[in-house]
Amino acid sequence: MEPEAAKLIGAGLATIGVAGAGVGIGTIFGAYVLGTFRNPSVAPQVFGNVLLGFALSEATAIFALVLAFLILFG
Amino acid sequence: MAEHTNGAGGEGNTGEAAHGAEAGEAAHHGPIDQFEIDRLIEMKIGGLDVSLTNSSVWMLIVIVAASVFMLVGMRHRALVPGRGQSMAEMAYELVANMVRDNVGSEGRRYFPFIFSLFMFILFANVLGLIPLSFTVTSHIIVTFALAGLIFVGVTVLGFVRHGIKFFTFFLPPGVPIFLAPLLVPIELISYFVRPVSLSVRLAANMFAGHTMLAVFGGFVIAMGVFGIAPLIFIVAIYGLEAIVAVLQAYVFAVLTCLYISDALHMHQH
Repeated sequence: MEPEAAKLIGAGLATIGVAGAGVGIGTIFGAYVLGTFRNPSVAPQVFGNVLLGFALSEATAIFALVLAFLILFG
Repeated sequence: MAEHTNGAGGEGNTGEAAHGAEAGEAAHHGPIDQFEIDRLIEMKIGGLDVSLTNSSVWMLIVIVAASVFMLVGMRHRALVPGRGQSMAEMAYELVANMVRDNVGSEGRRYFPFIFSLFMFILFANVLGLIPLSFTVTSHIIVTFALAGLIFVGVTVLGFVRHGIKFFTFFLPPGVPIFLAPLLVPIELISYFVRPVSLSVRLAANMFAGHTMLAVFGGFVIAMGVFGIAPLIFIVAIYGLEAIVAVLQAYVFAVLTCLYISDALHMHQH
């Protein structure tokens, strides 16, 4: 197989890992919304943790994306 | 996005011709070229290469910008703040609240460090959004220097504070003893992964964002008339990148606060 073709296939496979971010971020914000339904007054305090959780979950997806870029262009 | 034109290559060519050590010079233009390091002024101390590079210049710009932001903002010291002073005070409050909430009252002595860290990463990320600039934090060596320093510092802090009892950090209280052989290695591994994840998170976010912008920039040119669609996408992604720039600085600082808190009070919350 030519290296170029292998790179393209590898990059495509690596991008599958980004699906985890969709699940994780959806879970975090879903939990935040449900929590706001139960106790709206605490929502602003919790929002900092929501952003932290979002960034940590996004990081895993970014690891996968960076690997895809490195495979494609490295 | 014109990163992959010879804008950076023009300055760096004299250095590259002289050294040839920049052997990674890509024969083809690509979205990765924007991360190339170009030596601007060659300098050597002993055998150590301390050249002024585009990365160093941008780090200097970041420091000057952050200092001007705070110094000029606080110049008037009015009781009722104007715009500049408000912004400087908001930055201070954000970090001060973060340190107090995550480390506790004894975290005050670490506030200057956390504040400098946060402002450096924030300005580095945001200034990297300027087209044709260089994002300092997109290189793993820069973020690993920060994260490695924090990891070593926090570990030393833990040993100074708790002595040999710091090792009980890896066996949380209230855990049945038969779980210990399973739990302690896991805790150890996740402790040592901290500098890696901290550094890679920031570098990867910056790297991926800018690479994506360059890739879609290539699409705009390649698609001719229909390039309007990737162009709109670039505008949207730019907004996301601005959010990510600020958010990643915040997350880096919060995690540093949490690690310091772990070292100071192990597992007692």
